[in-house]
Amino acid sequence: MPETYIARSSAIAARMLAGEMMVMNSMDSTFFTLNEVATAIWQAADGRTPLREIVRNRVCEQFDIDPDQAQTDAEQFVSELSQHGILLVSDQPLGDPHTPEAL
Amino acid sequence: MSLLNEMSQKAFDLGVPISVHMDVTYRCNERCVHCYLDHEDHGEMTTVEIKGVLDQLAEAGVFFLTFSGGEVFLRRDFFEILEYARRLQFNVKIKTNAVMIRESEAKRIRALGVDTIQISVYSYRPEVHDAITKLPGSFHRTIKAIRFMLAQGLKVTIANVLMTWNRHDSDGLQKLAIEMGAHYTLDPTITPKMDGDTSILSLRISGEELPDVFRNPNLVPNMEEFCAPPKPVTDDDLEGYSCSAGHSFCYISPYGDVFPCVQFPLPSGNIRQQKFLDIWNHSPELKEVRSIKAKDLTTCSSCSHVSSCTRCPGLAYMEGSMRGPSTADCEKSYYRTGVPTANMLRKAGQVPITSLVQIRPLGLPA
Repeated sequence: MPETYIARSSAIAARMLAGEMMVMNSMDSTFFTLNEVATAIWQAADGRTPLREIVRNRVCEQFDIDPDQAQTDAEQFVSELSQHGILLVSDQPLGDPHTPEAL
Repeated sequence: MSLLNEMSQKAFDLGVPISVHMDVTYRCNERCVHCYLDHEDHGEMTTVEIKGVLDQLAEAGVFFLTFSGGEVFLRRDFFEILEYARRLQFNVKIKTNAVMIRESEAKRIRALGVDTIQISVYSYRPEVHDAITKLPGSFHRTIKAIRFMLAQGLKVTIANVLMTWNRHDSDGLQKLAIEMGAHYTLDPTITPKMDGDTSILSLRISGEELPDVFRNPNLVPNMEEFCAPPKPVTDDDLEGYSCSAGHSFCYISPYGDVFPCVQFPLPSGNIRQQKFLDIWNHSPELKEVRSIKAKDLTTCSSCSHVSSCTRCPGLAYMEGSMRGPSTADCEKSYYRTGVPTANMLRKAGQVPITSLVQIRPLGLPA
């Protein structure tokens, strides 16, 4: 089974407010807030760490969630955010998410 | 309430500075007739200082960051500042006259994930725009830059300031904005100069002309609701606050001075002398601003417009008291609804023009 790698889009802005991560896409001004679990995945989206590893190390350990359920939820979450251009998804490692593209 | 409004309200309630306006320079390549700034450089923050401020703002929870001036692109390090701000994941808006933006700059702005570019344009007629900016050729350069940016997929807002010189040009400019694919905003507010000089207030359009703005459906989609007489004032209205200035918003000058708002020149601290969060949390001036509820306003608390007025505490401060009325906003409320304000009724028969306070930002020499 191929690995899934996720990276934050360079078009997004993000900040924590009272325990919720605010995320805004500059391309279309869509605005989201992420809960604690989603924030943990999002913050770990460095483009180099496989999603499975993120779920195991950042979600299951910290939030005491069943691994299979966590993996299913994470895949759904990643799919939704990638549709909104918030996360980039690939079966290969991606670049540094902190480097805006095409500078 | 939208999710964005919900989070903005949460920031307001918690006293988190979710939004900051930072002028990175007061220098400018235009000399707009209505501008309130002193364009001399009295010691702008360096690149390193600004990056340090940005680090502090991110730590303080700032999400929305507006870079403005002066003309931001006159700073040779502006792209370095911009890139740094985006690395810190601010939602960035830039206010500019755009005359220095070419295709390569537009591409770079797009690549950096800037949210919005707001560009000052004052007319669809080059001769009117150039007369206001006092920079020959500025209209054509600005419009060309807007096209470069729109071609990159950037969100562009054309911001017009309505004054006596361009009072008949708004419809034509809005049409041009729509043709190009840009948003359009119009503001009839002219503010005194930073040193208290009120001479430029003569550029304000007369109150009698304001209804043409408020009752223009192209500018005000919800015109009937917007121009409706004020609803009866409730206890909740009197417990409310004027705006987000000092609550979840503040302004930082190129010299590091912190104010409640760009239009509220109450010096509240200097970031070269104190940490931003120390100023934000402990400045007596900001605490005073935050303490003022509608019920505390000297005249406005008894005004029927108190719940719907656009009263600007900064303009009120410049008139003499942050708890007092802002005459310009009284006029707007009256000409918007046809209902006189308490301040107008109080002043009937009087000539109480209060002197403007003299404003000296903390970073400037006396």
